Amino acid sequence: MDPLLLLLACPLAGTFALGLFGHRARAPELNVAFSLGTLLAAGALTADVIAHGSRHALERQFFIDALNVFLVALTAFVAFTTALFSRPYMRVEQAHGRMTAPRLRLYHSMYQLFTFTMLLALTTNNLGLLWVATEAATLATVLLVSVYRTAASLEAAWKYFILCGVGIAQALFGTVLLYMASERAGIGEAGALLWTQLDMVKTALDPRIMGLAFAFLFVGYGTKVGLVPVHNWLPDAHAEGPTPVSAVLSGLLLNVALYAVLRCKVLTDGALGPALTGQLMMAFGLLSVLVAAFFLSRQRDVKRMFAYSSIEHMGLITFAFGIGGPVATFAGLLHMTVHSLVKSAIFFAVGHAAQQAGTQVMSEIRGLIRSSPTVGWGLMIGALAILGMPPFGVFASEFLILTTAMREQPWATPFLLVGLGVAFAAVLRRVQPMVFGEDSFKPLPQRPALVPVFVHLGIALVLGLYIPPYLVDWYREAARLVAG
Amino acid sequence: MSPLGAASQLLEIAAALALAPLFAGWVAQCRAWLQNRSGPGLLQPYRLLHKLFHKDSVIAAHASPLFRIAPYVVFGCMTLACGIVPTLSTDLPLSPAADAIALVGLFALARVFVSLAAMDVGTAFGTLGARREMLVGFLAEPALLMVFFSAALISDSTSLTTIVKTLSSQALVIRPSLAFAAVALVMAALAENARVPVDNPATHLELTMIHEALVLEYSGRHLALIEWASALKLFAYACIGIALFAPWGIAQAHAPGALLLALPVLAGKLAVAGFALAALETLSAKMRIFRVPEFLGMAFLLAVIAMLVAILLQGAP
Amino acid sequence: MSGQLINLFAALLLLLAFAMLSQRRILSLIHLYTAQGVVLVCAAAVMGHATHQPHLYVSAGLTLALKVFVIPWILHRVIARLNVRWDVETLINIPTTLLAGIVLVIFAFNVAAPIAELSSSIARGTLGIALACVLLSLMMMITRSKAVPQVIGFLALENGLFFAATAATYGMPMVVELGIALDVLVGILILGVFLFQIREQFDSLDIRHLEKLKDQ
Repeated sequence: MDPLLLLLACPLAGTFALGLFGHRARAPELNVAFSLGTLLAAGALTADVIAHGSRHALERQFFIDALNVFLVALTAFVAFTTALFSRPYMRVEQAHGRMTAPRLRLYHSMYQLFTFTMLLALTTNNLGLLWVATEAATLATVLLVSVYRTAASLEAAWKYFILCGVGIAQALFGTVLLYMASERAGIGEAGALLWTQLDMVKTALDPRIMGLAFAFLFVGYGTKVGLVPVHNWLPDAHAEGPTPVSAVLSGLLLNVALYAVLRCKVLTDGALGPALTGQLMMAFGLLSVLVAAFFLSRQRDVKRMFAYSSIEHMGLITFAFGIGGPVATFAGLLHMTVHSLVKSAIFFAVGHAAQQAGTQVMSEIRGLIRSSPTVGWGLMIGALAILGMPPFGVFASEFLILTTAMREQPWATPFLLVGLGVAFAAVLRRVQPMVFGEDSFKPLPQRPALVPVFVHLGIALVLGLYIPPYLVDWYREAARLVAG
Repeated sequence: MSPLGAASQLLEIAAALALAPLFAGWVAQCRAWLQNRSGPGLLQPYRLLHKLFHKDSVIAAHASPLFRIAPYVVFGCMTLACGIVPTLSTDLPLSPAADAIALVGLFALARVFVSLAAMDVGTAFGTLGARREMLVGFLAEPALLMVFFSAALISDSTSLTTIVKTLSSQALVIRPSLAFAAVALVMAALAENARVPVDNPATHLELTMIHEALVLEYSGRHLALIEWASALKLFAYACIGIALFAPWGIAQAHAPGALLLALPVLAGKLAVAGFALAALETLSAKMRIFRVPEFLGMAFLLAVIAMLVAILLQGAP
Repeated sequence: MSGQLINLFAALLLLLAFAMLSQRRILSLIHLYTAQGVVLVCAAAVMGHATHQPHLYVSAGLTLALKVFVIPWILHRVIARLNVRWDVETLINIPTTLLAGIVLVIFAFNVAAPIAELSSSIARGTLGIALACVLLSLMMMITRSKAVPQVIGFLALENGLFFAATAATYGMPMVVELGIALDVLVGILILGVFLFQIREQFDSLDIRHLEKLKDQ
């Protein structure tokens, strides 16, 4: 059987199965099992693509190349580890009375649906379908964010829905314009929105239409990436939803939205050169880094703070893709990978810490290293990793981005350094007392799932020290696709 | 100036002077029918004018000459306005002298005089009416101008005769811009002529009246002239509507036969317009004075949309 | 002739968008939304007839079912159950809003004008109107402080997009159109549920209660 089909069928089947049995006692294990199935399918697909190169599937409606297969693998992996993490996490929430059986059913079912929509968005070749999948991902996550039904979570979900709904509507307008451009370029209706078709004729696409289309697409998908000034939904949704959801939002959804921007950028660059897209992405990326860094230093809620950190990193990645060229794009892709891994690891640790302390307010979480050393170390190492300390992978990618920026866009370097510096000081100042301070709490009723935390951090460490040659080739190939 | 042109011009003004009170009577009669009353009769406005012309006019002791001149100026303005709007023929010697913008200016001039005269005597009601009149006018005029502009966009000219010629000579096309403009014109006309949603010409309720408060101090022949002028104004607005949105049957140049035919056609169209106006007035309730800016804002908005749509869709087939 | 009809529908759509912007009553807003749906159906059907594209009829049928029947029905049920059927929104300076709306329309026309010339569609002139409708709905969402009008603004936004797709490119491919319809339907259902939850939590549907989450 085609691994691609399996990849999509597995979470979809999980949606229905967990929709029926998601409230049972063994539902978390079922959730893990479906996520594992997805991961295995993703592995098979990746092996297939490495062996045979990029390929179409299902009448060209799906397309796998170096760029998306690496994101598919990452998505399936993080979705799996998050499912592992969510198993004990949700049991504790249930014990605390924050989750009830019907809510758990909704949570599990939507978790699988969310995985499905992200994988659909990544693998589809049809830009219209990409839009539909992204919107569906919004709908699924809205339900996930509001699962606690508290006033704050409802507010966060409402804001998320309205802002992302409006943003994504702009992307639809952009898609309509793209369709118009492709019709003018003489592609028949059947293939008009297929990315591979458009990629073949991208130099013939009308530059005026493409310029406008990219502006709309960038605003639309950029809202979901969480770029400033349309980032307002992101901290709320991260802080008020369950922690596993925060982990997948930061680790996966933002990547998928950025992936959509990249696909559109490739087409636009073909039509009118990289100047417009590059400048737009650099400008908004830089703005996001700066604004997020300063907001970060003013947060009191730990999940909010790391949500702003996600905005900062997405800004950095967007900036890297904006610079263009093989090195910066390589660095951007690497940063996407390590950021996903490290940030989700941090959220896992934060989730346990917050459960233990019974609050998300940072000034009330103290002395994790004594009450549960592994959680404390996980948070500390994760924080150091995300701040770009060597030898973690984030250091490697940030270093690459900074040096490229110095060489090609020297004006931006001071801004980047200020942003990164402020974020560094702010996060460290907050995390340090949380881990090492006085005080201790009761241990949790469930053993925390710390394997995912350290697996993620371990991979990020390995990527910082040594990137295997096949992975380098893979990134290079993906960077070539994006940067041309 | 051709003799035929001069003749049609004279005929038009004469028709306006003669038909305007009849039109006002017809609207009043229709209103009465629609409200299940027996009306005062079609000829009531003539009787009123006749009565007023035979009365002495009483003038306040400290009234300035402006107060005496105003009725004549207003009457003159309205007569001229009726002469500019092509109702019977497009071959009008007066029309090169004044285009649509000048027409709006004429209405404004009349409004300024009547308001100044109302304030001249210094009564409370006069001042109140004048201020309200200026408020309504300043909101209705832009709407009216925009209506003219959106019609002018089609014919590339602000001259009313050219607009009518262009509109009546082309084949039937759906013009969304004109539909919006028509609604806007109706709204502006209701406000300008003190008709129901904005003002009720049939009452003398102090707190709500606009037009009646303005002319409270006039009597005798002055009042007759003012009443006649307001009938002419209503007539002129009806004719503008007909000229812009139903221009068929208005005689083109050099066609004496058509000129004779145009008169009954005009009468028919006016009858329909009058009935529609009466129906509109019967169906709607008078709004509070503070709602009037919103109402006229809508009229302006509609007219602007009309113009924008006209610009945008001009190139389209 | 059909080109003119499309222009007429486009103008009506713009008028309805303005009417929504200035309408205070929730019930009237739903009626206006339904009217928009009817105009969209007519536009799609006329387009289908003029261009001999059978899939436009399908999309017209889909719109008829969804935007004229199902969604208004859901909205009616929701406002009846929430007992806000006769709610009137008090605030907002309507003339100013409308003037700002005109500015948006001019902006939209300017953006769309150069693009519209490049389209081969018979309704290319209406792309600017579609964009204007999108922006006006956006503005409606911003100016409203009640949840239900915001939702209706969101739906009107989607209507503008649908019209853009119909006018500029004779509609999207069928798969995409079905997907969009599904998303909108699911979206409105979720929003409907949300309205009840918000009401339960805050005892009100005023969005101004939803401004607690702020950065310190």
